[in-house]
Amino acid sequence: MLGMPNAAFPSKECAVVALDSGDGPVTDAAAPDATAAHHAEMAAIRAGTVASLHSWELVTAVDGPGTRLTLFLSGCLLRCQYCHNPDTWKMRDGTVTDIEEILTRIRRYEGVFTATKGGVTVSGGEPLMQPAFVKRLFAELHGRGIHTTLDTSGYLGASASDALLDNVDLVLLDVKSGLPGTYREVTGRELAPTIAFGDRLAERGIAVWVRFVLVPGLTDAVDNVEAVAEIVARWPNVERVEVLPFHQMGEDKWNRLSIPYPLHGVTPPDAALQDRVRGQFRAHGLTVF
Amino acid sequence: MTMTEDTRTARIQAGAQTEPLGWAGFVSGPWQDGIDVRDFIQRNYTPYLGDAGFLAGATARTTGVWAKLTAMFPEEQRKGVYDVDATTPASITAHAPGYIDRPNEIIVGLQTDAPLKRAIMPFGGWRMVATSLETYGYPVSPELETIFTKYRKTHNDGVFDVYPPAVKRARHSHLITGLPDAYGRGRIIGDYRRVALYGVTALIAAKKRERVGLDMQSSTEEIIRGREENSEQIKALKELIQMAASYGFDIKRPAETATEAIQWLYFAYLGAVKEQNGAAMSFGRNTAFLDAYIERDLAAGTLTEETAQELIDDLVIKLRIVRFLRTPEYDELFSGDPTWVTESMGGIGLDGRALVTKTAFRFLQTLYNLGPAPEPNLTVLWSDSLPEGFKRFCAQVSIDTSAIQYESDDLIRDAWGDDAAIACCVSPMRVGKQMQFFGARVNTVKALLYAINGGRDEITGEQIAPETVPLAGDVLDFDTVWTAYLGTLEWLAETYVDALNCIHYMHDKYAYERLEMALHDGDILRTMACGIAGLSVSADSLSAIKYATVRPVRDETGLVIDYTVEGEYPAFGNDDDRVDSIAVLIVETFMGMIRKHPTYRNATHTQSVLTITSNVVYGKKTGNTPDGRRAGAPFAPGANPMNGRDTHGMLISALSVAKIPYAEAQDGISLTNTVVPAGLGHTPDEQVTNLVGLIDAYTLSHGYHLNINVLNRETLEDAMEHPENYPQLTIRVSGYAVNFIRLTREQQLDVISRTFHTSV
Repeated sequence: MLGMPNAAFPSKECAVVALDSGDGPVTDAAAPDATAAHHAEMAAIRAGTVASLHSWELVTAVDGPGTRLTLFLSGCLLRCQYCHNPDTWKMRDGTVTDIEEILTRIRRYEGVFTATKGGVTVSGGEPLMQPAFVKRLFAELHGRGIHTTLDTSGYLGASASDALLDNVDLVLLDVKSGLPGTYREVTGRELAPTIAFGDRLAERGIAVWVRFVLVPGLTDAVDNVEAVAEIVARWPNVERVEVLPFHQMGEDKWNRLSIPYPLHGVTPPDAALQDRVRGQFRAHGLTVF
Repeated sequence: MTMTEDTRTARIQAGAQTEPLGWAGFVSGPWQDGIDVRDFIQRNYTPYLGDAGFLAGATARTTGVWAKLTAMFPEEQRKGVYDVDATTPASITAHAPGYIDRPNEIIVGLQTDAPLKRAIMPFGGWRMVATSLETYGYPVSPELETIFTKYRKTHNDGVFDVYPPAVKRARHSHLITGLPDAYGRGRIIGDYRRVALYGVTALIAAKKRERVGLDMQSSTEEIIRGREENSEQIKALKELIQMAASYGFDIKRPAETATEAIQWLYFAYLGAVKEQNGAAMSFGRNTAFLDAYIERDLAAGTLTEETAQELIDDLVIKLRIVRFLRTPEYDELFSGDPTWVTESMGGIGLDGRALVTKTAFRFLQTLYNLGPAPEPNLTVLWSDSLPEGFKRFCAQVSIDTSAIQYESDDLIRDAWGDDAAIACCVSPMRVGKQMQFFGARVNTVKALLYAINGGRDEITGEQIAPETVPLAGDVLDFDTVWTAYLGTLEWLAETYVDALNCIHYMHDKYAYERLEMALHDGDILRTMACGIAGLSVSADSLSAIKYATVRPVRDETGLVIDYTVEGEYPAFGNDDDRVDSIAVLIVETFMGMIRKHPTYRNATHTQSVLTITSNVVYGKKTGNTPDGRRAGAPFAPGANPMNGRDTHGMLISALSVAKIPYAEAQDGISLTNTVVPAGLGHTPDEQVTNLVGLIDAYTLSHGYHLNINVLNRETLEDAMEHPENYPQLTIRVSGYAVNFIRLTREQQLDVISRTFHTSV
């Protein structure tokens, strides 16, 4: 089985919100911990024959065109303050899942992909933490004519080989901030690798949808947004920019994991702020949602 | 140019050697030699492959007539009924003509002599009438009471004369629920089109020919009943002529214009709802039929798009105000005063042409011209082969109004041909050639608890099912529970079919739907439409027993009153075959058991997985369950997975439901989903494209039925607080649509608590 009945929903916009999960089945978090077995698993992850998988979903209009099977891989080096899915940070928390099992699952939905002009999206976590798996999976999917999307921060873009990118139809690229200082504050990491990856995608002409999470008081400064817009505007392969208003639906997960939540009490951006920010992107000639 | 009635009649009776005026310009064919509406449609309809751009908005006349009614709705909402004629037992001709706004109405006819005034229909049962009148503060006529308790037996009396004790026990304990033993069974669709196409005189002549066939056979009980029914049908047709004449129309002859075709069709339907308080009084599949008349008049220049739309708007206004007098107990089961005036449209013909016409668009357009409404229950027979323009318009209407439902045209066409319509929510039938004996449903969850408890009720401790040894031990074992469940289900299937046979025997005898059946062929297919409720709770409970550790908690009498669940189990709604196969097994198993029992009039056994809003009531009457559900908590509606347990997206949840084989649930499998608008995409165009893709994907995966709500949770919460601001807020619940503000508070909360898919 892939995922758990009560697995959380790590997409950027929280793919399904279970408003009443009071009677749900009990999940257990037990995982095998024999060292030898662990080493074998890590070797398989490096070889790309298995993935450390957090969960999966079949979603529409969120992670690329049409209805898509989105795989949420475990593991991320960024520690975004607004992360909705801190439960995907650690690769060891995922379920080690064989690529064949995943392909079997995907094949069930080929008809769905055809009917909806959808496909498969690999998200996370950070999928480029497991580049061998992504490369292997996308090669298989392209062999079957299935549309592929990579949802990444670009921070590990250097890990994506040209061979991997050969089989990517669309990249959802999170540009979390445009000023290096703000980027560091938001994510704990550097901005430069994301820009470099974006440049590389532009050179290769791979379609990109840029995403920018708007957090009042954190990412909303005029010059920060302007910087993002300037970076993005020089990539001709960007088809759209999605401004995602921050919301507080992730807070519960931070609390459950006993991680101090830095954005407690921050309110979602109001309509005026959203309009201003989208306007900034539009002023650069970008298509903005 | 006019003809005398006699010449028209003579021509029809002479086998239409000369064609009636109403048929001029239509392509001829076998439909002229006998009653065959489908053949007429196939030869005369014009498929429309374009988009919605041609449609016309509401005229001032339409808006004016509708405004007169909407001004009356708040009072009806406040009082429960607007008015009742408490002294006139309903019949086709019992009430004088009534109007909303006579000079401005194009299509006329009301159930009683005034809009929203309800009639009493005592043949189903006197107590229901008396209780309803008392509830709403109307005097109960002592004279009528004497007639219907002393001199005239009712359907309800008949049923209780013959119920065996097991049925009474199962009914009393809410194991078998919602039986149509005190209300009209409904779910019969007269082929109302026949009145427009042939005129009533020709229909009477056809019925007389059927009678000749009956007279040639010896008088067995079956043949005698057939002759009596035939005689009642002919009387009803004659009364229909009278009723139409009271409005100034002669429907003996075929309709000659589109206006007449709609008027004739509506009179036929009106006759049915004047006389029968059926649970669902569905309208049929009329858009392609009417379109042939509208196209003919458009070509002749006697109609414009605007006047054509006015006709449909005016018809739909009438269909929106069909009303029945019902008891509060009934409303608790089927909330929001539904009448299920279901109109089925779209689909693909056997020859591959889409049965989509401009008039299908015009029906959907009423949701804009008049605003959203739950009735008529607009139902699209969906196939991925439908024209793109129609698919996109349907999706747009769903996004804007949440008022339409979808059923798989491919599954329905394969089973019942291309002239089938939905009765009620999900029940397909060939129009005029098939009817069903409606059977409500059994509570599969309670049955499982009985299996564990040796046949005792988990709440009262009463022995309801035959006594068996209660399951012992600290942990429930799947094989043991399943074996016990099979035993309980076998008994339940037998008891259930028993109950239905009693009910439908008596319904035919004391509350026969003579007009609706007059608009059927003499020889028809009857189905015995059984049903099951609580499928996802039962499947999850069995999955918990199989894959997790379930310990029963017993009271001092040994009755299991609760369960503790340790560990994880796969839940229905995640496209996980381990549990989905259990759901499928329950459906197949129970259907097989139902089929073992002979049915009244040799009806074909079918079942549905549908609850309507009764999932709330069934849940309330059912104790704690092995899946962790608490006593009293609502079941999921229809075949829906349980709230919050379907965690891989809306379509995955739907794909689990799509595994239930239609062949084992031919009366339909209902699924209801709610998505927030933004979850379908960023732009209106993208939202439409994605919704079309979703419905395509679901039906291509053999999904049968889909209710789609496109709503924000906040909207519903606000509507609960400020109902006055949402007079027309329409939502789809299991199998029908309701005015949200007319649901009970409990049902409103149930709807809101269900999973909203913020993305799909």
